[in-house]
Amino acid sequence: MSVSGPLATRALACRRGRRLLFRGLDLQLDPGSVTWLRGTNGSGKTSLLRILAGLSQPAEGEVLWGGQPWRRAGALARQGTIYISHANALKDDLTLSEAVAFGGALSGLDGARARADAALDAMGLRTRRDAAVRTLSQGQRRRGALARLRLDDAPRTWILDEPFDALDAASVEALSHLIETHAQRGGAVLLTSHQAVTVAGMREFDLEPYRAAP
Amino acid sequence: MSNVILSVMRRDLLIARRRQVEALLPLGFFVVSAGLFPIGVGPEAHVLRQIAPGVVWVCALLAAMLSVTQMFASDHQDGSLEQMLLAPQPLVGVVLGKVLAHWLSSGLPLVVAAPLLGVLFDMHAGSIAWLAFSLLLGTPILSLLGAVGAALTLGLRSGAALVFLLVLPLTIPALIFGTGAVLAVDGGQSPQAHLSLLGALLIVTALGAPWATASALRISMD
Repeated sequence: MSVSGPLATRALACRRGRRLLFRGLDLQLDPGSVTWLRGTNGSGKTSLLRILAGLSQPAEGEVLWGGQPWRRAGALARQGTIYISHANALKDDLTLSEAVAFGGALSGLDGARARADAALDAMGLRTRRDAAVRTLSQGQRRRGALARLRLDDAPRTWILDEPFDALDAASVEALSHLIETHAQRGGAVLLTSHQAVTVAGMREFDLEPYRAAP
Repeated sequence: MSNVILSVMRRDLLIARRRQVEALLPLGFFVVSAGLFPIGVGPEAHVLRQIAPGVVWVCALLAAMLSVTQMFASDHQDGSLEQMLLAPQPLVGVVLGKVLAHWLSSGLPLVVAAPLLGVLFDMHAGSIAWLAFSLLLGTPILSLLGAVGAALTLGLRSGAALVFLLVLPLTIPALIFGTGAVLAVDGGQSPQAHLSLLGALLIVTALGAPWATASALRISMD
């Protein structure tokens, strides 16, 4: 089964409320590519990521997964994508390990608990594994959310909304390295970030040219 | 699909166990509000016996609505719901898991507490048993319908109040047949007809509501 896409958009337009954010957007995420999505505040970066993840519908145009419309690709496309949003999707009342394992179980991974523990170890959270999420710092929660990227090695398409938010310097470097490794094994990455990102072979995609006139 | 139902249910029950006060709130509301009636109406045994099924059922309805508004709210807030929508597993499975967890943590306690209220209202032992049984069939309907309402009002500012207004009218058939069964027993008849209809209602709701909830969630998150 192919989980690598590629994910592409054709003449995409997005409307939020009455405002048209962008239109005519063609973007292709090839296997093994890393793309830094740029744009000013309110230019529609998060809206674009949500459309690509399949959470919202574009006003015009379509999203293609492996050449066929996203809707038709269905479970295959959802299987092949990991979307990490601003929110960390970790429940306050669960322990970090339980919360990450639930994310794994939702993705249909077996042995989710063992995978979650291994992923948290790799993120440097071994000692905080059994702590309730509510007792963790922002940076630790962010790392916990990013641990979902390490649950398995499949070359999925990663859609990351501000993944470097709240991370310390060492974690930023570790995540950049993780992204490089992922690209080397054939996974595609699309990310947004306000701080400078240094990932080998990364290309930038600017939303500005596609912005609709206000 | 059974995997995702189980893992969602286990997670929600675990969360309910860690937030015990919140989880027991509907039960407390049920017992206290139904317990007020004998005090307000007065200690006339035959009056109490007559209003008991209706009062217990209505209080159970309100208690179930009280907790169902929260079914998706906290998952919506912390982003878990997005992940559930994006999972390759069918969303209906997630919904069923959440509904089952809701029923086990707040519907089943109502069924267990109902006999206590039956005693408070001086009901006959036979009627108490049928009251509990009608609630056993009826409370899952409330969880299922409540899930639709909670999904439709997700993210709205006065969502909780809207759930009451949206869902309570839909629960009227369950209320009629549930109380009807107990009244039939009181009147010396068989409760079977009422209970069959209540059971049929449960089956129809179980077949339709999870899909409606799943679609409503997709719309709410767009």
